[in-house]
Amino acid sequence: MQSNSRLEMKHISKQFGGVTALDEVSFEIKPGEVHALIGENGAGKSTLMKILSGAYQKDKGEILLEGQLAKINTPKDAIDLGVAVIYQEFMLAPDLTVAENIMIDKLSTGKGIINWRKLKILAKEQLSKLGFDEIDPGAKVGSLSVAYQQVVEICKCLTRNAKVLVLDEPTAVLTFTEIQKLFEIINRLKNEGVSIVYISHRLEEIFELSDRITILKDGGYVGCVNTNEIDKHRLVTMMVGRELNQLFPDRHAKIGEEILRVEALHAGKLVNDVSFCLRAGEVLGFSGLVGAGRTETMRALFGVDPKESGKVTYFGKEIIFKEPKQAIQQGLGLLSEDRKKQGLMLEQSIRINTTLAAMHKAVNKFGIVNHKKEKEYVKEILGSISTKYGSPEDNVNSLSGGNQQKVALAKWIAADCKCIILDEPTRGVDVGAKMEIYKLINELAEKGVGVIMISSEMPEIIGMCDRVIVMRQGIVSGELTRDELSEDNLIKSAMGV
Amino acid sequence: MTKLKKGNPIKHFLIEYNTYIIFLVLLIVCTILSPDFFTAMNLRNLALQQSAPVIIAIGMLFVILTGGIDLSVGSLMAFGSSFAAVLIMNYGIHFVPAILIAMCAALLLGMFTGVLVAYAKMQGFVASLAMMTIARGVAFILTQGRPIRVDEGTLDLLVNRNFHFPIIIISVIIVIIFFLIQKFTAYGRIVIAVGSNSTAVQLAGIRVKRYIVSVYAISAILASLGGVYIAARASTGSATIGMGQELDAIAAVVIGGASLAGGRGFVFRTVIGALVLALIGNIMNLMAVPSYPQDVIRGFIIIAAVLLQVLTSKQEQTV
Repeated sequence: MQSNSRLEMKHISKQFGGVTALDEVSFEIKPGEVHALIGENGAGKSTLMKILSGAYQKDKGEILLEGQLAKINTPKDAIDLGVAVIYQEFMLAPDLTVAENIMIDKLSTGKGIINWRKLKILAKEQLSKLGFDEIDPGAKVGSLSVAYQQVVEICKCLTRNAKVLVLDEPTAVLTFTEIQKLFEIINRLKNEGVSIVYISHRLEEIFELSDRITILKDGGYVGCVNTNEIDKHRLVTMMVGRELNQLFPDRHAKIGEEILRVEALHAGKLVNDVSFCLRAGEVLGFSGLVGAGRTETMRALFGVDPKESGKVTYFGKEIIFKEPKQAIQQGLGLLSEDRKKQGLMLEQSIRINTTLAAMHKAVNKFGIVNHKKEKEYVKEILGSISTKYGSPEDNVNSLSGGNQQKVALAKWIAADCKCIILDEPTRGVDVGAKMEIYKLINELAEKGVGVIMISSEMPEIIGMCDRVIVMRQGIVSGELTRDELSEDNLIKSAMGV
Repeated sequence: MTKLKKGNPIKHFLIEYNTYIIFLVLLIVCTILSPDFFTAMNLRNLALQQSAPVIIAIGMLFVILTGGIDLSVGSLMAFGSSFAAVLIMNYGIHFVPAILIAMCAALLLGMFTGVLVAYAKMQGFVASLAMMTIARGVAFILTQGRPIRVDEGTLDLLVNRNFHFPIIIISVIIVIIFFLIQKFTAYGRIVIAVGSNSTAVQLAGIRVKRYIVSVYAISAILASLGGVYIAARASTGSATIGMGQELDAIAAVVIGGASLAGGRGFVFRTVIGALVLALIGNIMNLMAVPSYPQDVIRGFIIIAAVLLQVLTSKQEQTV
């Protein structure tokens, strides 16, 4: 590793209106370094990276590239200087081919005629450099898996000679094996001298990958540490600014009667002969790789997707939920994994979102909404789960990820669920909000609610669940009791070894 | 992100009420431009003329709120007008039940469009485009291609001065009812919710498809009533009326600040949107602008009005 920096961001400040988003934040990265950038949601990571990529303008401070003052005013400036950012939502055109996407900025050369053969060869070259010969340059990007799409996105950046590559939560949508592949790519790029800024909430990954870690909090600079000189506990303390003694709070729930029994459920390719049961006050985990059929099982149970066969016994009665309305009337709730696409109406108010599944409570028999009653009710519920928001009339997308998730949860608390399915309840939320969501899950269980929690984060499954069902390729591949829970056992079950 | 307080109350006021401000400015400009504009007779004519476009725009608004679009309203006007006239003249039915029967028939056609959209997963544009030619065709079949003159003492009563011009009163009542529906009922709430994120709404236990069918049905009923208005003013049912009316209705909704992606739109502002279009047409007629340049000017004014919406709503986001 060379000692001089590739990129230096010095004392960057940025204000939005009257609010300080970044205050004198500095960041530095060397050639061939993986530098992790961490902090809770709203700490200023994204703002800092958007300034680097030219999406935002800084108010104060300077950016140096290879020791030279760099002017980055537009995204094009950043690209020309060799800075590339890969966001969680890819900037790909799904209907174009892999080659077209990789070479997209070479398509408008002004000549009007494109040498398709050359385009494909160049794309192929770039793909095989990263060790992905199996991706066909002629395939439509929309037909690829998310992991391959990510590879295409990385290739696109590399053809622009990116020297600084920013990866924003790159593993959030990847499966276990895909993550390992991504790490290989990162290490390969690192050896070629590319500087990589790695943003992630998953501390395990940061410890595995990074050389150094810069910590931000509330728009301010906390510090920069060498990864091998710090432990997880101290890192979390720096991030949150207070001691988090226990990531997973204690639960004092009494596990009661069986409330739900699913037997031999079949629904599509990914739900094959799935059986399990749930008791009141119990937190039942669903572990497994992405695409193992966990979400599909729950969607079929909840009546979103059709079922082929199977028997469901709910509070002692045999029942098949034909549509979500019926399930909700019986006190069953489903928090979906993708809150932006399936959970929330981002452009609508917090109030409307919170009461969506329980509108009947504020509506009289003529269908007229009592706004005053509704507002009080919303405030009460959001207060009880310590959601931070301005006014119930604000749009949901004005909230941070953690608070958005709390609104999505509040919707189901408002609906008085007796049994609730939580699909990746802490995806994309920061450590502080995670702990509050765990507390909330415990409170639900203590009230006697049966909780099913699908999660791809093993520490969370181990820390929270009384019992765990492991799924693999649409079948139940194992059931682990609390005493048997370990990462080892979970992986073995999930991989089928 | 922290919620920001709006700094400048005047700016905020301008952004919030831009549709109304455009309308007021236009009103003043028209009054200055032509001495004939601000007269009782001209305003009454305007009100009679605009009763139909206003309620049709309201129907369009509800479809657009769900994220759909209804291109069939112009044809459904022709259908409503023709069917009512045929029932009165050929079958001797009293004009009130005749109108109601025509509206019920239009309701069925609207539901058909809605079912195609909600259950057959057709795009609203395509389904209503098909209904546009179907309804127009049916209207021609009913009238056998000829305008049908209705007797005095039937439809013309709807525009009778002695009864205080019933169509204006009915339209005002309809506007108020739909304003109340949008603001205070669960139905209005769900229509907006469907346009914002129909998956989330479905997962919250709401039967989204039924709501989608209902908005196309509402749009069809209001369009057929609008057609009856026109028949009343001309004392003639005709299959050729309402051509291009769907575009005026969409323009009115958009000038009223709605998003064509759904989830955002306003009843009163849509009415103002329709009236803005009407004023533009009216003043150009009064000033004897020839009809072809009129179209060009109207187009540019629509662009200007919508551009103003876009610019001010951008302001809103970055303030």
